[in-house]
Formats: sequence, structure tokens, C-alpha cells
Amino acid sequence: MSTILVKHRDDLTSKTGMWFFLFTELLLFGGLFIVYSVYRYRNATAFHLAAQELSVFIGTINTIILLISSTTIAMSITAIRKQNKKFAILLLGLTIILGLAFLVNKYFEWGEHFKEHIYPGSSILALRGHGDVLFYGLYFFMTGLHALHIIIGLIFILVIAVSILRNKINSDNYVLLENSGLYWHLVDLIWIFLFPLFYLIT
Amino acid sequence: MKTIENEKNHIIPYKTFLFVLAGLIVLTLTSVTLTRISLGTLTVTIALIIAAIKSTFVLRIFMHLKFENKMFSIALIGVVLLLCAVITITLLDYLNR
Amino acid sequence: MSTQKDIEEPSYLDYKGKYRGIFSWILSTDHKRIALLYLFSILAFFATGATLGLLMKFELIAPGKTIMTAQTYNAFFTLHGIIMIFAVVIPGLPAVFGNFLLPIMIGAKDVAFPRLNLLSWYFYVMGVSLVLISQFTGQGPPDTGWTFYAPYSFRTTGNMLPAVFGAFVLGFSSILTGLNFLVTIHRMRAPGMKWLKMPLFPWTLYATGWIQLLATPIIGITLLMIIAEKTLHIGFFDPALGGDPILYQHLFWTYSHPAVYIMILPAMGAISEIISTFSHKTLFGYNFMVASSLAIAFVGYFVWGHHMFTSGMSSTALYAFSLLTFLVAIPSAIKVFNWIATMHKGSIDLQTPFYWAMGFIFVFMIGGFSGLILGSLATNIHLHNTHFVLAHFHFIVFGGTGFAFFGAMHYWYPKMTGKMYDSRWANIGLFLFLTGFIVLYGTMFYLGYKGMPRRYYDYDEIFHTGNIISTMGSWVLYSGLGIIIINLFASLKSGAKAPSNPWGGKTLEWSVPSPPPVENFKEIPVVTKGPYSYK
Repeated sequence: MSTILVKHRDDLTSKTGMWFFLFTELLLFGGLFIVYSVYRYRNATAFHLAAQELSVFIGTINTIILLISSTTIAMSITAIRKQNKKFAILLLGLTIILGLAFLVNKYFEWGEHFKEHIYPGSSILALRGHGDVLFYGLYFFMTGLHALHIIIGLIFILVIAVSILRNKINSDNYVLLENSGLYWHLVDLIWIFLFPLFYLIT
Repeated sequence: MKTIENEKNHIIPYKTFLFVLAGLIVLTLTSVTLTRISLGTLTVTIALIIAAIKSTFVLRIFMHLKFENKMFSIALIGVVLLLCAVITITLLDYLNR
Repeated sequence: MSTQKDIEEPSYLDYKGKYRGIFSWILSTDHKRIALLYLFSILAFFATGATLGLLMKFELIAPGKTIMTAQTYNAFFTLHGIIMIFAVVIPGLPAVFGNFLLPIMIGAKDVAFPRLNLLSWYFYVMGVSLVLISQFTGQGPPDTGWTFYAPYSFRTTGNMLPAVFGAFVLGFSSILTGLNFLVTIHRMRAPGMKWLKMPLFPWTLYATGWIQLLATPIIGITLLMIIAEKTLHIGFFDPALGGDPILYQHLFWTYSHPAVYIMILPAMGAISEIISTFSHKTLFGYNFMVASSLAIAFVGYFVWGHHMFTSGMSSTALYAFSLLTFLVAIPSAIKVFNWIATMHKGSIDLQTPFYWAMGFIFVFMIGGFSGLILGSLATNIHLHNTHFVLAHFHFIVFGGTGFAFFGAMHYWYPKMTGKMYDSRWANIGLFLFLTGFIVLYGTMFYLGYKGMPRRYYDYDEIFHTGNIISTMGSWVLYSGLGIIIINLFASLKSGAKAPSNPWGGKTLEWSVPSPPPVENFKEIPVVTKGPYSYK
């Protein structure tokens, strides 16, 4: 009787759950990619010209930052499995710092646009025509949603790092670390497509 | 209960990750450089192909798909194809208006 | 299997856990208790939605204003739609019967993520609450219809934001349920239960799970875009900002058409179980039933455009969508043929659930055939946005899912409650329900064919007779519904104790006591035979 409702741990089950969740995320952004392709097709020239105003330099830097952060979190799994707890926490710390750096860059990037009166609902942006309104609408919405995912990912990673510190996550039981790694990589994957679609279509 | 299944996943050495990272950065820079050269309509296609190659690396190595049960890869491919099909069918309307 | 030991195990209803009273329910992670939480909330919202429907039908008993203004009528059909679609038929079969029976039918102790399961019920309640809040706050209730079509949805003064966000949260709840079931089926089948030894109901939940997982995020993001468009004035669908309202319809129906299959697939699964059990015969063409479930889920993903035949799509898209729509009819027909073939030479036991299954096949056929009429481009032009469409989808959504829901209810009631119900009253209720249903919605086919549009509180005098008949049908339907529900509630007290297998079913849920113990099985069963192993 007392053994009733004892939870059995099954790592593959929770990883399967995570993957299926990522599929949902993929289609969440997928909906936006549908909108993007339709409007880009209908406003090809305007999208082309509007994209030239984005800073390829900051975009490239941010891409590399995210790629490095993906590497560090992937390496932390190796570290925890080699029972190198300190190195794992260090790598997660690095991931968090890189994630924050991405957000700071994004903040300045958006700030520049706002200074030039490019933001949703701006009357100056509206004067530039429909194509620009759509391009920047999609740009702010998609990168904004992506940034929101970064913030959620950072919170996850922070929780994981604390759990490693408390030995709740260890070389025996690290599926939660793997799952937040998967989430973080997905955020990276989305960016891998957002970057060329917004910055490189010039 | 079912811990044996996890033993199959082997530990990826740090070096592999660093190699992959180097590859990803090179691909990113290539993509950026290529857009400087005017390739006409091919620009987007090439950028997307490079993005697809980069994602394959991330998926197979970082996300461990290479070492996981095949079910995950198959399901993922299915999901991506589904999304492509939905985009194609939607464009079927717009390309012919 | 010693029955004496089974008696010692407390049933899930008597089990004393960490919490007492209401908390033992709303904090329980037991899939059976969560199923009942869903059942009672869904019944409450169903009663609300049905009452709104009844009032709308009363408004339509005569031309002109009868009991409500045009604005009230608009608000009513919007709320009726949102509640019935998002809060009743979509979670209906999966969240209630799926939750209760999926783990037992595949020989598991619970779903893969019990706490996530409870969380998705909380999301469900939150979502519906938001929709209800939208009715009483802001500048008047939403009046767009449940489809939230752009650009009206962000131009109306109606209180759209909470309603749209509520639908978003409901979608999230649906995704989590689907995800949970998918993982459960992948990872927790009893030893020996190979994929093709799984009963049909879990199979249809599996197909449904994929739709929930892969279609719901599309509407999630679309609703977020509507919210962003209304609050931040981002141009997505507003023609004034260069957006395309038809793209909204594309995205909306990319989810909302597959959503019809979220409603109907588990219904088909439940009907398959009922028909096999009461025919005491192996389900005919099991492999085809499995394949057709997956085919419906798959092809159903690509037919959304048939909701938009008159919206101004390109003609290429029209032909493609019409063709694909006809394709969906094939797997659906396979199912109907197989059900009938299952009954052939079976030893049929005419019990209430079997009558419901018969009713299901009858209304589903009418709904399906009228769907083909709507799927043809030429006839669609005439019938679009008329009462014909209204009749068609009520035959499918309320007829299909509703009949299967009550059929499943009467089939698994002994298992869930441990009590038998009074089948005489149940049959009387069913008779009134079916009669009322056909009078109410059957008449709408005629009205729509004659040209009566949907979504107006008023109509031309020539439609008067038909509307009187239809409204009277709604009274019969409603009283039948009342009898069914009262009978089921009364039987909780007065019903005889149910044996573990009252109908002679062969699937695993009938091998455990009624009501099942907390952990379902004393020992996880080892499956050696297929699901419907009658002689």
C-alpha cells in the first residue's frame, strides 16, 4: 500500500516528451514562416530594400554568440557525465552570459530602429509603404518571440545550474540538463533561419 | 527501471563540439560573404541551403540525434516536411492569384 | 487473477491520498481523477453552450426581434461557438475518456507525465475563464464568431483580447494533453502490446495527438498575431497596412480544419470499441482501421482551404483543395464499411451504447455526404455561409462527436463509476435526443438550400415554417439531453453495482475492477493476443 504512486524515473520518456514539445515549438514559428514567405513573395522589392537597413554586423555577431552558447551547453553534458561538476557549472555560466550578451545586442539593435521611428504602429514607418510595415512587423514579432524564448531558456539553464550545485543533477541523472540543452539548441536553430531571412536577403 | 537504454548514448568528446562550432562559424561567415556578391534570385536559396546544413550539424551533434533512436530523426523529418507542405500549399494560392 | 485480492485494493474513488475533500481532486495527478475533473467541467460548459443554442433557436422562431437584439445574438453565437468548439468538443473525448482509459487500455499505471496532465486541466479552466471574463468586461462581448476573422476581430469594439487569449490558452492545454498521450503510447505500452495489438481507441488518440501537437501551434501563433495586431498595431492581416485578411483564414483553418479531426477521430475510436464489444466479434479490418485513422489525420491536414472557397483564393488552390477534400472521404468511408462488416454475423447485444453507435453512424453519414456537397466547388458557391453549412457541421461535430461522447459515456460509465445506469431512461433520452437532433438540424439543410444565411437574428418570412419546426426540434433535443444527464446522475446513487466486465468486452479496461484501483493494475499485464480476440 505504501508503495502506491511511487514514481519510476524513465529518462527516455522525458526526452521523448521534450522532443515532441520541440515539434510544437517548431510549428509555432512555422506559422510565422508561412506569413513571412507569403508577404515576402508579395513585396519582394520592399523586403529587399528594408533588409538593407538591418546591421549585418550585429546580426553576424549575434549568430556567432548563439552558436558558441550552443556549444558550451552541449559540452556541459559531456562535463557532467565525466563527473566534472565544476566545469559543467562553468560552461552553463558561460552559456547564460552569452545568452545575455545576445539580448543586450538585440536591445541596442532595436533601440537604433526606435530612434529612427521604426517600430510597430509608427506613422513615419507607415509612410514608407506596406512592404516596409510588413517587413518590420514580422521582424519585430519574430525576433521578439525568439528573444522571449531566449529569456525562458536562460531561466531554465539557471535552474539547472543551481540543481547541479545541489547535486540534484549529477552524472547519474542529467536528463533535465539534456532537455534544457535541447530547448536551447532549438532557439539556436530558429535563429539560424531568422538570420538569413532578415539580414541576408539584400 | 529502464536505465539500460541510456547507456547506449556514448559521451561526445569536447573536441567534437569545438570542431563542429568551428564549422558552423565558417558556414556563417561564408553565408554572409556570399550575400555581398550579387547572385540575383539565388541569394536566398543559397542562404537557406547553408542554414539547412548548419541545422543538420546542430541537430545531429549538439542535439544528439545521431546517437538517438531513429524514431526521433524520422519524426523530425516528418514534421519539417509537413511544414514545407503547408507552406507550399499556401503559396499555391498566392503564386496563382 | 484472484478477485479476492482485487477487492482489497481501494478504488480510485475511495483512495485516501495526501489531500482531503476537494483538494483530493484538484491536486490529484491520478489520470482517472483528472478525467473526471474534465468531465464535470466539460459538462458544465456544454450545458452553458447548449442553453445559448436553445436561446438562439428561440430567437429564430419568428422573423424580427423575438427575445434578443441583433447585437446580443452576435455575442451569443460567438460565445456558443468558442465554448462548444474549444472547450467542449476538442477536449471532449480525448481529455475525458482518453485520460481515463488510455493508460488502462494499453496496460499502464498512469500517463507519462501525470503532473503535466493536471497542469493542462488548469490551463483548460484558465482558458475558459478568460473567455467568460471577456463577456462581462470591456466594451461589450466579442461578436466576431468563433473564427475571429481579420480584420473585423481587431476593429470591433467588442472585448476581443481576453477571448482570443483564452482560446490561445485552451490550445496550450490541448497541446499538452496530446503530447502526454503520444509519449504515453510510445513509452508505456504493457509488455507484449505491440503497435498492432493496441485497441482502436488508443490508436485514434495517437493520431489525434499528432494533430494536437502539430496543428494547434499554428492557431496559437495566429491568435498571438491578432493580439499583437490589436495592441501593438503590427500589420499582419490588416489590408490598410498591406496585410492580407485571406492569409488569416489560411492560418486559422490550417488548425481549425484538422481540429475537426481532433474531435472526430477519438469519436470513431470509441465507436469502434462499442461496435466490436456489442457484436461480440473481432473488429473487421483492424489494420485498415488503424491505417485509415492515420490517413484521416494526415490528409485532414491539407484540406483547410475548403472553408475558403468563396474568399477569393486562386482557382488552382480551389481545385487542389476540392480534390484533397474528396480524398478524405475515402478513409472515413472505410471506417463505416468496417463497422457494418463487424456487425455482420456478429451476435449483437442491443444495449444503450450500441444504439448510440447506430445513431452515430446514421448522423455521421448524413454529415459526411453533405460535406461532399460542400466540398464541390460549384455547389459550394450556392451553399456557402447558409444554414446548410450550419446543418452540415452540427451533424458532424455535434452529431459525430456528441453521439460518440454519450455513447462512450454509456459504454464506460460502469467502469468509471462502478454503477450501472437505468437503461430504460437512457434509451428514452436517446430517442428524444435523436428525434430532436434530426428535426432541429435536418430542417436547416432545407433552409440553407433555400438560401437562408447563417449568423443573422432575422430572416425573410418565407423561411418561417422551417424555423418553427427547427426550433421545436431544439426543445425535444434539449429535453432528451436533460433526461440522459439526470438519469446518469441519478444512477450514481440508485444504480446497481457494476461487475468488472458488464458488456463482455475484451480490451484491458474490462479486466480490472469497476471502478479501477488507484494504480489500475496489481501487476502489469502481459499481452499476448490482439485487442478483440473473440472466437
